[in-house]
Amino acid sequence: MKRTIRAACVIALGGMAMACAAANGPRPYQVAIQNFAFAPKTLSVPAGTRVVWTNRDDEPHVITSAGAMFASSKALDGGDTYAVTFSKPGTYTYYCSIHPMMVGTIIVQ
Amino acid sequence: MDNDDSRGDGRRQFLKCMAWAGAGTLWLMKGGVLHAQALDEAATATDASFSFVQISDSHIGFHKAPNPDVAGTLRRSLAMIGAQKTRPAFLLHTGDLTHLSKPEEFDTLAGLMQEARVGRSFYVPGEHDVIGDNGAEFFRRFGEKQHDGGWYSFDHNGAHFVGLVNVLNLKAGGLGSLGADQLAWLKKDLAARSAETPVVVFAHMPLWPLYPPWGWGTDDSGEALSYLRRFGSVTVLNGHIHQIQQKVEGNITFYTARSTAYPQPAPGEGPGPGPLQSVKPEALHRYLGIRDVRHVRTGGPLAVTDEVLT
Repeated sequence: MKRTIRAACVIALGGMAMACAAANGPRPYQVAIQNFAFAPKTLSVPAGTRVVWTNRDDEPHVITSAGAMFASSKALDGGDTYAVTFSKPGTYTYYCSIHPMMVGTIIVQ
Repeated sequence: MDNDDSRGDGRRQFLKCMAWAGAGTLWLMKGGVLHAQALDEAATATDASFSFVQISDSHIGFHKAPNPDVAGTLRRSLAMIGAQKTRPAFLLHTGDLTHLSKPEEFDTLAGLMQEARVGRSFYVPGEHDVIGDNGAEFFRRFGEKQHDGGWYSFDHNGAHFVGLVNVLNLKAGGLGSLGADQLAWLKKDLAARSAETPVVVFAHMPLWPLYPPWGWGTDDSGEALSYLRRFGSVTVLNGHIHQIQQKVEGNITFYTARSTAYPQPAPGEGPGPGPLQSVKPEALHRYLGIRDVRHVRTGGPLAVTDEVLT
């Protein structure tokens, strides 16, 4: 069972398997902020999932929900992380408030 | 900077290294047309009616490659302004004073400006100056407080200067934004001026679509430019992209300034518009600059030149 979950997690994260180390309960999904883009750009997760963004750029970025569906992050400097738990199904579009061309989507099922 | 020679070799080496980061532009107003000149040039402003300096993108708080001392490079830029034979009338800072909008970063910037005694200074915010509070701290410390939105205008020696804010209320997938309120104010502000008035507009993000894939533009700049086209001499000064780009569109001339902190790649070169980390310290000076403008009352066009730090 654990192996099945891990495999699904790897696919969903586009190869970022580090977040899927053995742990009990729902595992956080990871979104990397790299080269002024979110990876993956679109992420589908089950309701109740915690999503963690990690800024891998030297530039600061700010996670901001379009339409204020969830709380914005503070300025994330290089290496900083921000986490949001999505409890309700829906499509959550977000962007970087200081580089608004950076847009991503979390689809909660 | 000769006065740094008394310090240790390490300091001297560092100053050599940071040369790419720390300059501004001297703008000379000649016959209603702006001419740019590097701040390290011997002053040749005798035929100018006045001059002012533009610096940009100090990013106080940034501490990584290729510039671990952005305060030092700003200090050096300001020293070059102080060394001008003809004192510039004022200084324009076209935004990104700080890297993360932190109070201590604003403190450092304010302290350096005060220490350099550059005199009257005008600021517009960059997106790095408005993080978390929509610019409240920036406007409290550096705003002109003419209007709630932070935009303003003033006149100097017959030229009309307009400071715009295009880094707030940005939309997902969008570029810089002026917004309906600011555009309405701008239209009214410009309507009162004769077409012969030289106009200088300054804002942080480019007011033309310089490279939208990297966010280098302003969504509603076209509307603002429509108010400016009837004027005989319009100069638009921006920062944001940490390099010089120029464009002429009718009577409107656009310039982006270098950063006093670090260079960014040319449009579309590489994966994104982050700091050019590959720049070696000994080459940094070739990427940083100060803009110096002088105003000459003649019939000729404005000219702008930029110089790198040497």
